[in-house]
Amino acid sequence: MLESLFAALSPLNLALALCGVMAGTIIGALPGLSATMAVAVLVPFTFTMDPASGLIALGAVYTGAIYGGAYAAILVNTPGTPAAIATAMDGFPLAKSGHGDLAVTLSCLASVVGGLVGALALLFLAPPLSQIALAFGPVEYFWLAIFGLSLIATLSAGNTLKGLIGGCIGLLLSTVGSAVVGGDVRYTFGQTQLLGGIPIIPAMIGLYCIPVLIDLVIRPEAHLERRSERMAGFRLIEALGTVWRSKFNLVRSAVIGTAVGILPAAGGSVAGLVSYAEAKRSSPESERFGKGAKDGVIASEAANSATVGGGFIPTLVLGIPGTPPDAIILGALLVQGIRTGPQLFTQQGDIVYTFVLGLIIATLLMLPTGLVVGRYAFRLIISVPKTALAPAIALLTVIGSYAIESNVVHVLMMVSLGLAGWLLARIGLAASPIVLGLILGPIAEAGFVQAWLIGGAQGNIPAMFFGRPISLAIIALILLTLVWPLVAKARRRRLEGAGSDG
Amino acid sequence: MRILAAATAPAAALALATALLAPAAIAADYPSKPVTYIVPYNPGGESDVTARFQEPYFKEVTGEDVVIQYKPGAGGATAWAQLNGFEADGYTIMNVNFPHAILQPAMKDVGYQTEDVTPAFVFHYTPDAILVRADSPYQTLQDLIDDAKANPGATTFSGSGTNSANHLATVRFDQMAGTKSTYIPFKGSAPSIAALLGGQVKAAMSYTTQGIKAGDQVRVLAIATEERVAAYPDVPTFKELGFDYVAGAYRGVTLPQDAPAEVRARLSAIIGEINAKPEFRQKMEENGYVVTDIPHDKVDQFIADRRAEYASAIEALKAAN
Repeated sequence: MLESLFAALSPLNLALALCGVMAGTIIGALPGLSATMAVAVLVPFTFTMDPASGLIALGAVYTGAIYGGAYAAILVNTPGTPAAIATAMDGFPLAKSGHGDLAVTLSCLASVVGGLVGALALLFLAPPLSQIALAFGPVEYFWLAIFGLSLIATLSAGNTLKGLIGGCIGLLLSTVGSAVVGGDVRYTFGQTQLLGGIPIIPAMIGLYCIPVLIDLVIRPEAHLERRSERMAGFRLIEALGTVWRSKFNLVRSAVIGTAVGILPAAGGSVAGLVSYAEAKRSSPESERFGKGAKDGVIASEAANSATVGGGFIPTLVLGIPGTPPDAIILGALLVQGIRTGPQLFTQQGDIVYTFVLGLIIATLLMLPTGLVVGRYAFRLIISVPKTALAPAIALLTVIGSYAIESNVVHVLMMVSLGLAGWLLARIGLAASPIVLGLILGPIAEAGFVQAWLIGGAQGNIPAMFFGRPISLAIIALILLTLVWPLVAKARRRRLEGAGSDG
Repeated sequence: MRILAAATAPAAALALATALLAPAAIAADYPSKPVTYIVPYNPGGESDVTARFQEPYFKEVTGEDVVIQYKPGAGGATAWAQLNGFEADGYTIMNVNFPHAILQPAMKDVGYQTEDVTPAFVFHYTPDAILVRADSPYQTLQDLIDDAKANPGATTFSGSGTNSANHLATVRFDQMAGTKSTYIPFKGSAPSIAALLGGQVKAAMSYTTQGIKAGDQVRVLAIATEERVAAYPDVPTFKELGFDYVAGAYRGVTLPQDAPAEVRARLSAIIGEINAKPEFRQKMEENGYVVTDIPHDKVDQFIADRRAEYASAIEALKAAN
């Protein structure tokens, strides 16, 4: 492993890690340009490199892009990548109240720690952890998606009904197109463009960015409040103190992120949301979540960065990609002539360990680059006049939704969903439940039908849904999530009651 | 003038192809700029990997790059339905799969017909293969068939997608073996193999390529090739086991149907030349692909043969719906 360390520290590999992280951070920061796209664009260039260097470049860009998504989420309220959805929930309120610089630094620290936890799990525990990917069958994915949907109740506390309506709209949108299981063509109205369904990235860009844009234009006040005349700093000491106080939240979120990353059908958005909900549930100040809780930003960012290392575990050990960017990297590995599988770690261990150590170095490099890039991003957003900011974001939304498949129709979908999202926001329906429904709907549907078919073949459908240990654990979590707010409320009332008695 | 003739009267140009200089000149020029190569699936699958294998050789043969672009959706149907809307100048080419492009329009209204897809060359297939987990009680194909016959419907096969090659293969296997299996579609090959490795299903109807990726975690029971494949010298073919079954997912490179015949012929020649490169062939075979050489003038016959081959299974699928 020492040899691999030297290989990872070679000038070329160090340079690749540094450039990769910086490029990835910038790409991820632009709303609409996602980690998947960044990796896909880079792949052909890696064919000229030796396998370990190519992998390091890909891993660094991937890691940087997942982190970069936090900037747009925090500073503009437009999650740059699906993984940053939960980051926006508290990051933007923080920025709005003048603490954008602190939120950016916090997200950087949390991402580095999360990324390290994921990468260390990959380095030391990959073969045993890869079994998690296999333990999850269709029925577990179904319950996991239902768990994700139950988070709507947590996320829209105080307005559960509207949250649920939003979730249902998202679920309905997710049924458009040809069904994975069964191949039925639904709600396409004869439009072949709708056969593939509503694409998630353009939908997200529309639902999150367009309402922000419209509000930027129609409201007279500044986009972000300036805290003082003093220009933004890193506020590193303050952030370190905050992170240290939330060390438990940080580690828990990183572990959740690693585990969710291992699950092939989940991904960064689910990881961020699950750890966010856990952070909120277990926080003594849970009512602050959604209004600028630092723990919310930490939870989301630690988790989504941990999915990078986590996602590589099934990719390298089983040949089953953990996340969409992993699928691209897996394809690149095959072209390079590398066979993934359990034997990879023993037969081509030098490549694997060089890559993993390179990934760790890239994650560490994210600390300085992330802080510096984040500082400039913050200064830029706070000092650019709205007359320039609004058209710049508008341009990016169009580029982002077009670029994924070079498809103009996606731009149209993005704009129409965005306008619909703005109208829905006027009557109190937030974007996040809709996006959750859209992302989780297909996972739940496919899992349900597959589980039903397998259960039918085994002659016992109820046992399929309610007789497996992991399913039961997830069901328990769902119940806990749904009942917890009521319990917490009752307890608070009792405490208050006791207080007034004394 | 020559360009005008070629552009305004493609039919005439086609008829006089040998007499006129123009088409030959255009075809000789083609390609003179980068070619967009559309993969109708998500990256990482067989369509993507083979396109990536071709990429450097395309440059070697033509001096021009291919730019790979992904247009996933509805098992490829989204891209194929848009195929003929692209400019037919030869600078947009697309991957096409059979049986998908025959099966999808036969089963649902997917916005295109099989005739709309006109490949210039079919360059390989991934042979159907039945995979089981390494610790499965099925040692041989016969073990699986015996169990399937004893417990109708209880044998679960995972596979990629509905109305796909894996789906059709499961139906055809049932027809041949006289069994009744349950096909469980997944979104792509990777999750279908994950379901097999996790013990969610008893077997996977997949390809040799997936077996190779999974390594010694799986056992391959039978492969649908004419002769044993190099990567699996010990695994019998279906033919050896008494089933006249050679099938898989064929992949071709297609142009919009209005593409000039000369460009079509040139593209066919380019892909053929790539196929003939020993390093390319070796890379393909090592990964479980079987290279096929079906040029543009044999493609119509190839599709007609496939239609005939799939007909009874398609009827069975329709009846099951």
